[in-house]
Amino acid sequence: MALELRDVTKTLGAETHIYPTSLKFEAGGFNILLGATNAGKSTLIKLMAGLEKPTTGEVWVEGQNVTGVLPQKRQIALVHQFFVNYPHMTVFENIASPLRVQRMSRSDIETRVRAAADVLQLGPMLDRRPQELSGGQQQRCALARAIVKESKAIFLDEPLANLDYKLREELREQLPDILGERGTVVVYATSEPTEALLLGGKTALVHEGRVTQVGRTTEIYHMPTDLTSARVFSDPPINFAPVTKKGDEIWMGESITWPVAGDVAALPDGPFTVAIRPHHITPFKSDQASVEIHGPVKITELSGSESVAHFEINGEIWVSMSRGVFPFRVGEMCKFHMTPDDCFYFRPDGQLVAKGRRNG
Amino acid sequence: MKTENQRGWLFVLPVLLLVAFNALIPLMTVVNYSVQETFGNNQFFWHGLGWFEDILRSERFHAALGRQLFFTFTILAIEIPLGVIIALAMPRKGFWVPVCLVLMALPMLIPWNVVGSMWNIFTLPEIGLLGYFLNDVLGVNYDMTQQPVAAWITIIVMDVWHWTSLVVLLAYAGLVSIPDAYYQAAKIDGASNWSVFRYIQLPKMKRVLTIAILLRFMDSFNIYTEPFTLTGGGPGNSTTLLSIDLVKIALGQFDLGPAAAMSLIYFAITLAVSWLFYTLMTKDEQ
Repeated sequence: MALELRDVTKTLGAETHIYPTSLKFEAGGFNILLGATNAGKSTLIKLMAGLEKPTTGEVWVEGQNVTGVLPQKRQIALVHQFFVNYPHMTVFENIASPLRVQRMSRSDIETRVRAAADVLQLGPMLDRRPQELSGGQQQRCALARAIVKESKAIFLDEPLANLDYKLREELREQLPDILGERGTVVVYATSEPTEALLLGGKTALVHEGRVTQVGRTTEIYHMPTDLTSARVFSDPPINFAPVTKKGDEIWMGESITWPVAGDVAALPDGPFTVAIRPHHITPFKSDQASVEIHGPVKITELSGSESVAHFEINGEIWVSMSRGVFPFRVGEMCKFHMTPDDCFYFRPDGQLVAKGRRNG
Repeated sequence: MKTENQRGWLFVLPVLLLVAFNALIPLMTVVNYSVQETFGNNQFFWHGLGWFEDILRSERFHAALGRQLFFTFTILAIEIPLGVIIALAMPRKGFWVPVCLVLMALPMLIPWNVVGSMWNIFTLPEIGLLGYFLNDVLGVNYDMTQQPVAAWITIIVMDVWHWTSLVVLLAYAGLVSIPDAYYQAAKIDGASNWSVFRYIQLPKMKRVLTIAILLRFMDSFNIYTEPFTLTGGGPGNSTTLLSIDLVKIALGQFDLGPAAAMSLIYFAITLAVSWLFYTLMTKDEQ
């Protein structure tokens, strides 16, 4: 089973929602659309589901052109960020509704609904109405409606976004089991990089109506092909700074410098942008080759196991995130360490040209 | 720690006074009249529940109550479905939304006695646009000052014209609050338009429709100004609704006792039916 967008665009009036996009998703594992709110993830899903018609381009499912085919003819399921259930029907009737529309026999419906309810741990709640359930259970009910019928593709549009932290973690852990290996293409939209990494599979990065990079989730995390992709796939945001290569040295501002190594040595002299993830900037020296940088701390955040400090360096705000609890004080000058081997180097036009030795 | 004092009462006092003067004291005056007989000269005699018995047994009251119920249930049966249909047909976004909303709100902005006069003039056989058109162009004999049926049709059409908008606006508010996600889910399931209405729109509109029905019930059950200006309760007594009859007894005949007793019975009926409606319509939410 495969789902394909071929040169699809979507414009509404003068606004372009999706620039020419080609994507191919296959069954098995998650296909993640990762991008900020309003990046175009939901529009891509609606185009694939047939809820919206592409302005140009085609949608193919299983080697068939389905552009213009009504959503109900496409054998698909959609789970929304909101918990969409029929309010006055019981959980049982809700889960059964897609099967009723298909005019399936009563006994078949009964067996299938019970099976889906078991997978989602809704067995004891079948006689209740959606509003009598917790948010997590309501979303489970919506998920059960999606998996109860045979579908070629299941779309999940930020399905965990409206759940509180605990429920979100719990349901996310169970999602691979719930969706299972059923020969269905699973497309999952999320705005959280961490979620993409936790679910694995394949990821397409979406930014302002364009897909900037596609690949195996871990691979594109370790190797963003351009600045935008690096920005989209990092949480907290990845740190950037303009640098200049002069001979065997890289200069960041007037005072910070480190020697070139690996790929970087082959670059021509001139300006570049360097990017480094927050967890590679630490208040302690982690490596022999690490460079010392200083800056006044602007914001600090402590979680139980991690310390985050936002500090200023050469006019940019950088973020450091490290395991352990460090007593940063706002306004104080602090010393941080970064290792050049963790850096990415981008050309002025945004393309990745080199990366430090520790990045894959 | 919690300190207790009586200061809270000071905050409630203004409201208490206001409610006392505009509701409780007038109501108690009516209660006072309803159990007494007067022959003028400001002399009152105890009459017990006599007036209540008289009113409840009076055929005149039964007839007025019958007309009132007929009127109210007829306009509810027309306005609620019609309002929902119009709300469904209204655009959800774009340039026409404000235009439709303003057009809908217009009839409700017109004062009640003006509505009555407008429809009076509009339907009079010789001078009214509609009256002239029906009688002289179409040749239908239509005269609400002479024919009870014509008077009833006019009153009902007038109320539908005046108040369907309220149902439309409430139903519309209910409709636009349904997230797109529901329609998308229905599309993917392949639900028909009827199913979308029956299983998504109607349940989601239930609350606002409950309010619409209650408001329209109470309002139409107590209606006075419009039918009074339109027909004055005639021809004969054929459109004498409860409130018109009440005013006739109280101010026309100056029978304070019976009028007071009738007011209280009237009030009790309105209250009881509203409560019944509300309980029935919200019973599966508990």
